Amino acid sequence: MKPEELKYLESHEWALMEQQGTDLIATIGISAFAVEQLGDIVHMELPSVGGSVTAGDEFGEVESVKAVSSMYSPVSGEIVDVHTAILDNLAVLSDDPYTQGWLLKVKVSSPSDKLLDFATYQAQCESH
Amino acid sequence: MLKTALTDWHAAHGGRMVDFAGWSMPVQYDSIMAEHAAVRTQAGLFDVSHMGRLRFSAPEAETLLDRLATRKIAGMPTGRIRYSLMCNSEGGILDDVLVYKLRELDGQERFWMVVNASNREKILAWLQQHDPNNSAGLTDLTLQTAMIAVQGPQAVGVVDQLLDLDVAGMGYYTGQFVQYQGYPLLVSRTGYTGEDGVELVPPAEHAVALWETVLARGADLGFRPAGLGARDTLRLEAAMPLYGHELSESINPAHADLGFAMTLKDRDFVGRDAILAAQQQSDARVRVGLELEGRRPGREECPVMIGEQTIGVVTSGTFAPTLQKPIAMAYIDPAYRALGTTVEVDIRGKRHPAAVVKLPFYSRS
Repeated sequence: MKPEELKYLESHEWALMEQQGTDLIATIGISAFAVEQLGDIVHMELPSVGGSVTAGDEFGEVESVKAVSSMYSPVSGEIVDVHTAILDNLAVLSDDPYTQGWLLKVKVSSPSDKLLDFATYQAQCESH
Repeated sequence: MLKTALTDWHAAHGGRMVDFAGWSMPVQYDSIMAEHAAVRTQAGLFDVSHMGRLRFSAPEAETLLDRLATRKIAGMPTGRIRYSLMCNSEGGILDDVLVYKLRELDGQERFWMVVNASNREKILAWLQQHDPNNSAGLTDLTLQTAMIAVQGPQAVGVVDQLLDLDVAGMGYYTGQFVQYQGYPLLVSRTGYTGEDGVELVPPAEHAVALWETVLARGADLGFRPAGLGARDTLRLEAAMPLYGHELSESINPAHADLGFAMTLKDRDFVGRDAILAAQQQSDARVRVGLELEGRRPGREECPVMIGEQTIGVVTSGTFAPTLQKPIAMAYIDPAYRALGTTVEVDIRGKRHPAAVVKLPFYSRS
């Protein structure tokens, strides 16, 4: 996936929106910038399939050696898939955060009204 | 914010700078894991200039420090360094410090003390309160000097060659001044990583050159600069307490599993009575080590549970890079302190099984 084609939250989560039949499906992950800032990721707490997420609310945690950080959902909806296999290979988060590093797939009921396009998100990261 | 003599160097060399106790310090350069591994296998360089360095120019310092330190200072041999606590009269820990008795290059013996950055002002005030006329000749040299910790199995060899000094022959927890490139340099066999190593105290204006020289000399051996992040994971694996976590004014040394840091017999010091009383107190929480199942680290303030009962609290926790598992230090009810006791750590609402294990988690072979 190309980072330019994704939407972002200020808190560094990305979402890819795809229409699948009648459903709008969001694939969710965390940005390369977030992975780089966190460094040495050792664990993630992810929710379960069948649960729901709310736009702007925490959906999980990412643990680096240094600290724990919350991950926030770019959309509201029902969780239809969770990338649990990533827990055995967290290195893909650094290698390929936008494709192999996906975390959740959500059937979207409504997206966050705070989604940023790539250019705006990138500008925010650079100002840090 | 305060800057050490090396702060600009860190910022210019990829250091991720943070505010630590009012100082601009690097938390990491590249990866905490890689910096941690370098210290365990080769060596890492740490800027620890934020620590307070106090010098006492008068012999009266011996009496003053002996009255305030939990460790016996009176009669300490020249060249020795002692880890000690300083307590208030209620037994609350004000700081953990290193007390040095050194022969300086003018031939005179003087005491030095290194205190935590976060406690420097408090300890200066405490010393002043107990010695209002400054008969001990106290000067705070924190800003005029720097402090570089070179830590790891290769550290001593490189510093040995650089200084043309038998550092390997120096005992652990000893120190001496040498003349190096025309300035006085304090060299000590001390550290906070659980590895062998050296700490160097040059005048501030020579810090960058010394840092770069050690780094260059060790480059082929894999030396690298390391930040406060690796310093924390290294000291945690070695189960060394950190002020503000395992030590505080509300903790009595009797419960901190730090018997080696106290000389209680045949002497008097501020806090002694309270420590003796606390030793008789059988229900106070004590410091233990925990190893958690899985990979999720329990961190400071996570409750330690048995069933529905909270039996303690985590004071420091991390994912241990050398051991590749989550570890924590905690204060728990003494009834559960036996090695192997199974407990649970509540990490933000989810219980994780853990066992009480022997400290330190890691010790060098």
